[in-house]
Amino acid sequence: MKARVFVTLKNGILDPQGKAIEGALKSLGFHGIESVRQGKIFEIELSASDRGAAEGLLRRACEKLLANQVVENFQIEVL
Amino acid sequence: MKAAVILFPGSNREQDALRALEKVTRIRPPLVWHGERALPAGTDLAVLPGGFSYGDYLRCGAIAARSPIMEAVRAHAERGGLVLGICNGFQILVEARLLPGVLMRNANMRFVCRMQHLVVERTDTPFASHYARGQVIKAAVAHGEGNFTADAETLARLEGEGRVAFRYCDALGARTSEANPNGSAHDIAGIYSERFNILGLMPHPENLIDPLAGGTDGLGLFEGLADYQRAA
Repeated sequence: MKARVFVTLKNGILDPQGKAIEGALKSLGFHGIESVRQGKIFEIELSASDRGAAEGLLRRACEKLLANQVVENFQIEVL
Repeated sequence: MKAAVILFPGSNREQDALRALEKVTRIRPPLVWHGERALPAGTDLAVLPGGFSYGDYLRCGAIAARSPIMEAVRAHAERGGLVLGICNGFQILVEARLLPGVLMRNANMRFVCRMQHLVVERTDTPFASHYARGQVIKAAVAHGEGNFTADAETLARLEGEGRVAFRYCDALGARTSEANPNGSAHDIAGIYSERFNILGLMPHPENLIDPLAGGTDGLGLFEGLADYQRAA
């Protein structure tokens, strides 16, 4: 089973990297881009065959390590 | 005072920490590998040095914060033992939730490496007893992610409980935006735990212990620690 975990900054948390990328896109002439926020994607292979178990495992992995919930949210997508 | 310095893969300021501790205690403290499960018997102070543990992968300090030795550091802190986290050590302490908040990328996106002035917020702690309240001291800063961030409630609690240890300021002690090297909330350079036995700070006091190398303003922190344990 494969899964993707998305980790993104919470709203209101300053994202200087996103801002720098946004500035670079604008300077390259990509008009119409309002804002950019940068996050992370983890592509994970699991031995579990049960979706519920996989989601539970990934949730614990996010809470323990993959996301810092002081400033980040996470989203799990079992493929 | 018996100190121990923890060595993580990618730590690079452990020798500086050892040198500062040796200067005040006359004993070279042991280096403890992150894979150990216990601190040396009788450890009073555990020091998490600066560096780039695990290459800053995932988030600064995130992987080191989950290493085996950190359970021993947590138990040591719960017993009231002293813990000092400098720079990457501070990042590890917030990732381990031993201190609140998080250290984000510097607001201007630049790695900052310079001499910096700090104002000492309080002196009735094991770490700051050799300073005067409101004293302006010099320390080196060298980090890319030192922008202390926390929610409004956490910041209010830190301020209300007097847990800010040091703030960034200019040479005269004024807190200006130019004097803040990383965009840190409330100009915070270092904070204490609830019981004031854990200190995390971004600047490097261990690099200002010798007049030949820029000054001795950092020595007071280590002298304070040495004295605290002798008095206890």
